[in-house]
Amino acid sequence: MSVKSASGNPLSVLKRHLHAACAATALLLGAGSLAEAADLNALIWCDHSDPALLQPFEEANNVKVNVKEFEGTGAGLAIVEQSQPGDWDVMVIDSIDVPRGVEKGLFEPLPEDKLPFADLFPQVKMDGSTVVGGKRYGITEKFGYNTIGFNKTKVDPADMQSLASLTSDKYKGKVAIYDYYLPVIGMAALAIGKKTADLTEADLPALKDELLKMKANAKLVGEVTASQTALATGEVDILVGGGEWVTAGLAKENPALDFSIPKEGAVLWSQSLAMFKDSKNKDLALKFIQYIMSPEGQARLATSSCYWGMPANTKAALTDDQKKVLRFDEQPGFLARAQAYPAPNADLDKKMQDMWTEMLQAK
Amino acid sequence: MSSTANSGRAGRALPWALVTPALGWTLLFFVLPFIAMGFSSLTAHEGGGFTLTNYSQFFTNPSYWQAMVNSLQVTAIVTVVSVLLAYPFAWILAEQVPERWQRLALMLAVLPFWTSYVVRSYSWLLVLAQNGVINRALTGSGLIAEPLQLANTRLATVTGFVHFFVMLLTLTIFANLKQLSPSYRKAAADLGAGPVRTFLHVVLPLTLPGIMVGAFLTFVLCIGDYITPQILGGNNELLMPQLVMMQIGRRGDFPLASALSIILMAVVTIAYLACARWLKIERA
Repeated sequence: MSVKSASGNPLSVLKRHLHAACAATALLLGAGSLAEAADLNALIWCDHSDPALLQPFEEANNVKVNVKEFEGTGAGLAIVEQSQPGDWDVMVIDSIDVPRGVEKGLFEPLPEDKLPFADLFPQVKMDGSTVVGGKRYGITEKFGYNTIGFNKTKVDPADMQSLASLTSDKYKGKVAIYDYYLPVIGMAALAIGKKTADLTEADLPALKDELLKMKANAKLVGEVTASQTALATGEVDILVGGGEWVTAGLAKENPALDFSIPKEGAVLWSQSLAMFKDSKNKDLALKFIQYIMSPEGQARLATSSCYWGMPANTKAALTDDQKKVLRFDEQPGFLARAQAYPAPNADLDKKMQDMWTEMLQAK
Repeated sequence: MSSTANSGRAGRALPWALVTPALGWTLLFFVLPFIAMGFSSLTAHEGGGFTLTNYSQFFTNPSYWQAMVNSLQVTAIVTVVSVLLAYPFAWILAEQVPERWQRLALMLAVLPFWTSYVVRSYSWLLVLAQNGVINRALTGSGLIAEPLQLANTRLATVTGFVHFFVMLLTLTIFANLKQLSPSYRKAAADLGAGPVRTFLHVVLPLTLPGIMVGAFLTFVLCIGDYITPQILGGNNELLMPQLVMMQIGRRGDFPLASALSIILMAVVTIAYLACARWLKIERA
């Protein structure tokens, strides 16, 4: 009777529901904090979300790797700023942007003695940006080239040995441009004989002319998926800014796709791993970085289902076929001719992006 | 007396109580974020501090201004073409299709809504591509020698948008046509008006609210859309949402992105004010 009476009283029902809700919340919070101890939270690019890469680490360490993908350093840093300190453990970041994270006080110095720095390709260590104030905050995990990607059955591969082909009438309307201003501006710099590291505001007019010539030849300017699709489906035959990251993953289905490092050189892209200063799982974060940098982890990352790229570790456990597709043995020659991403200061960066906007709007 | 006063207060409080959840929702998810965006738009990207630079950039940089012109042109074309296609379609559904088939016909008409917006856009890319369905049909039949450039153009963006918005407009216009009493047409016929005159002077003016509601929704959704121009336009011209996104990607320039978004919102507000007289819920 009293039970029935209590259940019929709206106030009692409300109180009971509130108690139940509080209990459930407390349980969830408790479970959350337990889960937090066993989870690794990683801000990543899409190549790190491949289960083939994450599962071996999760199983070996009995942890769950929670990943959040982002595109562009600005977007990634914004996610961190909107989070609570300690929410994130590791981050994938453009090597040239490691100092931006350090300036914001986000990253923890990495223990060099616990990571395989001696095994990395020397040219991709990127000490100029991964070492700040004498401390190393990032380790290059993967790299490649923004160069000329092409279909070798549709174009003359000899033409692809020069950046001048990108603006020649011979390939008008058969070109796509990768929609990321820094590497393509880097390629424009190489085309006009400038070093990417030396670019200043005074170079912008000449760079703009070169970009406009490229645009006049281009059918589209597309982000990763759009430019890759355009090359793979035959919509275009050449991708400015393409490289192994476009062609290698499609090698089995479309062996006609290839890339060249032209005589003027190519732009070297590289991505690094960094650990957050406020991470609550620094040991686990370091274990994760060690795994990614191990020969097995490097092979899996290099051949990720999202995009392929060269492993930074020379001892990556790649098969002979995978090495052939990535042109592993040619790397010393490629690296000798490659130049780093332009790394402009904030003011020049803004001017370069505005120049890119102008190029996109050009008819 | 006291009980009358109490019931009066309760009567006045009830509407407020009912509307409070909606007000709270709007405050939390529109007003507060909008104020935050307003503050952000007046802040310098480097070093913080008050500035109007983010707004002045829009008016002084021709590429930014061009993005707004492109957006308005594309949106105007999409809205007009969608209305012109949707009206006859809705009219056929409402007037020519037997009542028992109308529900099925409407469901078939909105079927494309059920697929993902991104998938639909990529599907259009495959249809319009150099080796796509249209070009293969045209070259295969000998009508053209070389494939046309259909994908990665403004035409492709407009096509993707129109496909989507024709469905939306069909629904709003169909609902309006169904609400229209047959007596209006009978009265017009009694007074000697032919079908064309009846349509132009009776049906069309009475269905104008439905057209304007659909057109306004099309305008708002189209001018703020990022996906369709990004996938189908080939970045051969930038629209405003693409320009906004561009500020965030690498540089994380949220203040400039906020300023551009507020300018875009101002344009939508102007469009609303222009259509306001047709956007009233009550019918005269």
